[in-house]
Amino acid sequence: MDRLVLLESTALPFPVDNVDTDVITPIRRILEGLPSMVEHAFEPLRFAADGSLNPACALNDPRWKDAGILLAGRNFGCGSSRETAVWAVRGMGFRCVIAPSFGDIFRSNCFKNGVVAIVLAAEQVTALVEEARAGTKRFRVDVERCEVTAPGGRTFAFELSPLRREALLEGLDDLALTLRRSAAIEHFEDVDRVRRPWVYLASGRVAD
Amino acid sequence: MNAPKPRTMFDKVWNDHVVERLDESTDLVHIDRHLLHDLSGPFSMKSLDEQDLACLRPELTFAFPDHGVSTSPERYGDAAGGGPLLDLFRHYCTKFGVHLFDLDSEEQGIVHVSAPELGLALPGLTIVCGDSHTSTQGGLGALAWGIGNTEVTQVLATQALVLDRPRTLRVWIDGALAAAVTAKDLALALIARDGADAGSGYAVEFAGSCIETLPVEGRMTLCNLALEMGARFAFTAADEATFAWLQGRRYAPGGDDWARAVSNWRTLASDAGAAFDREVAFDAAALAPQITWGTSPAHTVAVDARIPDPASAPDAEARQSWTDALAYMGLRAGEPLDGVAVQHVFIGSCTNSRLSDLVEAARVVRGRKVAAGVRAWVVAGSRRVQREAAALGIDRVFRDAGFDWREPGCSMCIAMNGDAVPSGERAVSTSNRNFVGRQGPGARTHLASPATAAAAAISGCVRDPRTVASRE
Repeated sequence: MDRLVLLESTALPFPVDNVDTDVITPIRRILEGLPSMVEHAFEPLRFAADGSLNPACALNDPRWKDAGILLAGRNFGCGSSRETAVWAVRGMGFRCVIAPSFGDIFRSNCFKNGVVAIVLAAEQVTALVEEARAGTKRFRVDVERCEVTAPGGRTFAFELSPLRREALLEGLDDLALTLRRSAAIEHFEDVDRVRRPWVYLASGRVAD
Repeated sequence: MNAPKPRTMFDKVWNDHVVERLDESTDLVHIDRHLLHDLSGPFSMKSLDEQDLACLRPELTFAFPDHGVSTSPERYGDAAGGGPLLDLFRHYCTKFGVHLFDLDSEEQGIVHVSAPELGLALPGLTIVCGDSHTSTQGGLGALAWGIGNTEVTQVLATQALVLDRPRTLRVWIDGALAAAVTAKDLALALIARDGADAGSGYAVEFAGSCIETLPVEGRMTLCNLALEMGARFAFTAADEATFAWLQGRRYAPGGDDWARAVSNWRTLASDAGAAFDREVAFDAAALAPQITWGTSPAHTVAVDARIPDPASAPDAEARQSWTDALAYMGLRAGEPLDGVAVQHVFIGSCTNSRLSDLVEAARVVRGRKVAAGVRAWVVAGSRRVQREAAALGIDRVFRDAGFDWREPGCSMCIAMNGDAVPSGERAVSTSNRNFVGRQGPGARTHLASPATAAAAAISGCVRDPRTVASRE
């Protein structure tokens, strides 16, 4: 996984509530592959029915075309567990999403892909959105200190578990961490197999 | 000696599965059952293969093609009947030694319908699947939740996950459901009241007198929809009804193991006095059948209510969201939903495709005809549900009324398998998501119970099922 220590970038204000992962990556675009998923990300919002870009959608606004931070609404990434939604958000250039709340699976998927999903209080997100709309100065997301700083200097602390923070800072992934603990997993199963034998099915027990 | 501290069901099951505490809020958790489907499965298995890793516990891993498969009765002789990803899925299941309940299996079905039927979901198990609605299986007292592709690959390789421990929320529901009011209506009403992110960050336990009397399949429907209120984990405690539902199923414990398992399962319910991070209550007694009017499951009203006016929305964001939703849905604020013309009725999906759902819809349909201009489908959740329904003569009830009786799969809920609602047309659907474009680009979805969907099919419009006399 790519490291993420400090991000200095413009922030795109997109405070729409309940943006679901079906909207972020519609199923037919998933089946077309990664380039299409990114190109058509947020398709029902970014594109008109005839396929032309919707100029009213902030995600299409050229002022924020280089933004690395997405300021989102409540329950961002709710719905389907499809990790494609995170791939599309990252593919659009965002390494950080800030929202009052997230779909839990989307948020978990973000951390597996080097995207920091930050929860702030609704009024803090609103303050950031207002500042982002006022100009396109750079925001600062400091993963080491767990702080977001707006261009005007206001700083908000965010919560990140020590493990998630470490993983971002060092570029570690869960799989490598877990593979190093394979002996502990085996030991767990040996003990548990005695306690709950019905859990551990024999291989090839039933032919279908 | 001090009495032991009362514990929640979540804490008991979670702690039973902790391999190692990684930091104050993160655990390495063992996974007892890993379920795969044909949309998320093949890519995660490909990733496993590319990293030169093997499947650690193929005997605890089971595969169900459901998302992309055709539901046409013609699918069995058709090379394309398995959908876009099934060949790749078969390839990797063979390679990694994972049992696949393929299209020709008598147990094929939607993963969240078939796995419980097979006894793969049991109380106290940790169950994951690359599908958000895995929480469905929490209705059997399991800890079951949806995961992303990277996590699927990790579980294949290690049978464990690195997880942030969620907080606990108990939703206490008292009151008996009235006639023609179901678990679906209860869930939609709860989401409407508390919001689509009310469960975000929480593991939700449903409890109370309503849950105790709710049939096991209704508990699964409720836990299925908990995801639409933001809860990744949702469950009910297992009880005698759960044990009766499970006994004798293919992978349920047999012989001496059964009694041993049941005595373990009885210890898992939340202790009296256990502390939850949050508690809310809901009264189910006065509940009417519910239906969605917008593009979020939280956009729900009673089926006999009027379409809400954005002017009465609680804040500016909601006002905009309601206005956009009404425009997408082609509806006008203030008008009754009852009587809004419908072109499609879909009875199916992991939410509402079990035998009890079909029985409930058949009570409304029996002896009546699908209205002109309506395409009405029943897509049973599994081959087993199909067989059990046929044994009760329910397939005939639907066929005689003019319904299509389809083969099991996710069908119109996901719209990646040839089954979709055309743009601008309206469906009453027993599925779980009314998101923009979910049932096809431009499709207009109203979520409702099987009884309400059946009432729409025979009426040609949204209709209160309580106004259609039920027939046994």
